[in-house]
Amino acid sequence: MSDRDVSRRQFFVKLGLVFNGLAALVLATPVVGYLLAPIMRGEGGRYRKWVSLGELDEFPEGQTRLAKYKNPISNTWDGETDNIPCWVRRVQGETFQVFAINCAHLGCPVRWFPQSGLFMCPCHGGVYYRDGSRASGPPPRGLFEYPYKVENGHLMIEAGQLPTLSTSASLHQRSKGCQG
Amino acid sequence: MSRLAKIGDWFEQRLKIWPMVRETAEHRVPTKSASWFYVFGSAALTVFMLQIFTGIMLALIYVPSAGEAWNSLQYLNHGVTLGWFLRAAHGWGSNFMVAIVLIHMVQVAMFGAYKFPRELTWIVGVFLLLMTLGMAFTGQVLRFDQDAYWGLGIGASICGRVPFIGAWVVHLLLGGPIIAGDTLSRFFAFHVFVIPGLLIAFVSVHLLMVLKLGINDWPMPGRLVRRSTYVQEYEEEVHKDGIPFVPDAVWKDMIFAAVVIGSVLACAAFFGPYGPSGQPDPTIVQTVPKPDYFFQWLYALLALLPPQMETVALLVGPVVIIGFLVLLPFVAGEGEKSWKRRPIAVVTIALTAVTLGTLTHYASYTPWSPIMDAWSGDPVPVRYLDGRSPLERQGSAIFQEKQCRNCHSIGGSGGLRGPTLDSVAVRMTHDQLVRQVVQGGGNMPAYGKNLNPAEVAALVSFLDTLHPANQPPARDAARQISEQSEHSATPAGKQ
Repeated sequence: MSDRDVSRRQFFVKLGLVFNGLAALVLATPVVGYLLAPIMRGEGGRYRKWVSLGELDEFPEGQTRLAKYKNPISNTWDGETDNIPCWVRRVQGETFQVFAINCAHLGCPVRWFPQSGLFMCPCHGGVYYRDGSRASGPPPRGLFEYPYKVENGHLMIEAGQLPTLSTSASLHQRSKGCQG
Repeated sequence: MSRLAKIGDWFEQRLKIWPMVRETAEHRVPTKSASWFYVFGSAALTVFMLQIFTGIMLALIYVPSAGEAWNSLQYLNHGVTLGWFLRAAHGWGSNFMVAIVLIHMVQVAMFGAYKFPRELTWIVGVFLLLMTLGMAFTGQVLRFDQDAYWGLGIGASICGRVPFIGAWVVHLLLGGPIIAGDTLSRFFAFHVFVIPGLLIAFVSVHLLMVLKLGINDWPMPGRLVRRSTYVQEYEEEVHKDGIPFVPDAVWKDMIFAAVVIGSVLACAAFFGPYGPSGQPDPTIVQTVPKPDYFFQWLYALLALLPPQMETVALLVGPVVIIGFLVLLPFVAGEGEKSWKRRPIAVVTIALTAVTLGTLTHYASYTPWSPIMDAWSGDPVPVRYLDGRSPLERQGSAIFQEKQCRNCHSIGGSGGLRGPTLDSVAVRMTHDQLVRQVVQGGGNMPAYGKNLNPAEVAALVSFLDTLHPANQPPARDAARQISEQSEHSATPAGKQ
């Protein structure tokens, strides 16, 4: 066995490593793309769509009511998780406030108490006034609001993603609600 | 040679495994380490194996689909023979596993077992703890009910607090924009493939190191660990005063493991399976979500931390805690092993245990949460209405109607978010009460917009009556003087 043979074998070992590296790269590219799909799919606001909450008559003036809509981005196997609730406050005429159900603290479902005019959260005790601004407790800001519009006598909101402190950026932010 | 021995020989000729098995089984351990204190590691492994077994059993039926998971759990509970028992065993097994892993960790820390040369064993153990907690959380999600749904919402909200890339982290966690089918599928993959695979790999390494390095010697006060001499000293001790693991030491592990498995099965039979609670339908807002037992300390902490500290605590806290645990053997890798001479270690562990215990205790009655139905559920005690004026009684009705009771208890029932009001009139004057009701403050919402002046007057006149019979209500001395002078000026004026 000559030195040449050894160096040839070493060369082929390196070649083998290079080929395997290339194969790994070819495999990794789609895998990374696949894993990051939940992020990429939503870029450019594609996680938001306009959905109808129903006719205007369903929301009496001066009242706050629970409304439900089917999440615009959904699959057939989502089951009941598709149905998303929100609180609709008809201030006057065509002026509305549509609040996300999720507490701005950690996302638990807030409940409306018309008698005291407060939203209360069952998890950690966050409380909000009727206009969604923070009243007390741990929430760092007021309730998240959906952008809305009135079209053909229907109340429409732009919805689609779970509002949190960073995903709320795509939802309309209250000027006075955010207190950092 | 019996037929059985022949068959055994046939396999051994091909496997060549017997010398290794024998060497492993009979490895020598220090006599004093063959103790009842050293049984928790093997017990954790035993429960892990039970979890794998019951988990596979459940996977035969469970449907990892957001639309069907809840129904398949109901079917497991009610439609499949003894399905409820396997669910219960898996759920209780998870509780036991977290508990035993924690006890194991405390024992290891108290006995200084993380010191040289077992630093890596400890670090791998820290990751095993994290994976165990990861299994507990993902498992709670697979029990796809209301608690799971809103638990995911809390997880996503925590991720949403990550600066700059928060939205990406939320979407990665949920597998999309919102809690839905993709969310459950990925938690299923983590609970069933990713984390168990990692657990098996890490447990193997953990166990390998225990075998190669030997079980920790019994800590003796004054016998210090030194990197230069420890390995030699340990070898000498094991040879001079050691016993083979099988059969001289293993029986304690076996008995304790059997007791633990028996306890898991007894709890399963006696207490039954966990839930599932209500359907994972977010439109059912009449729900009070709560995490499973081992995360309740965190649930309590999130309610009690000052809001401005919360994001920092959530994002920096885990890094600090995990960093501390990982770096511990490098900082304190030598020296005293006995807990009798390591007061800081003992106090740290005791404080941690007391803190976690206290927070968990708080979570059992959540004093920070309004009680959502207190206002409509509990009547005002008769003794607070007896002999009162119509205005005061009207005030008590407003007290109920405006949900004051959700946060303030009177007569022993109601929320604990705000102070108990049974003797509020002793603490606050009439004017202070009016101000508090109208303007709020001190974590109380302002009711000025939701109460008209007449309602405020009635409510506060009711609150003014809330004082023990032998204690007069608080009075503003200056106010009294001015009222007295008014009184003397206009004798007909009302006091």
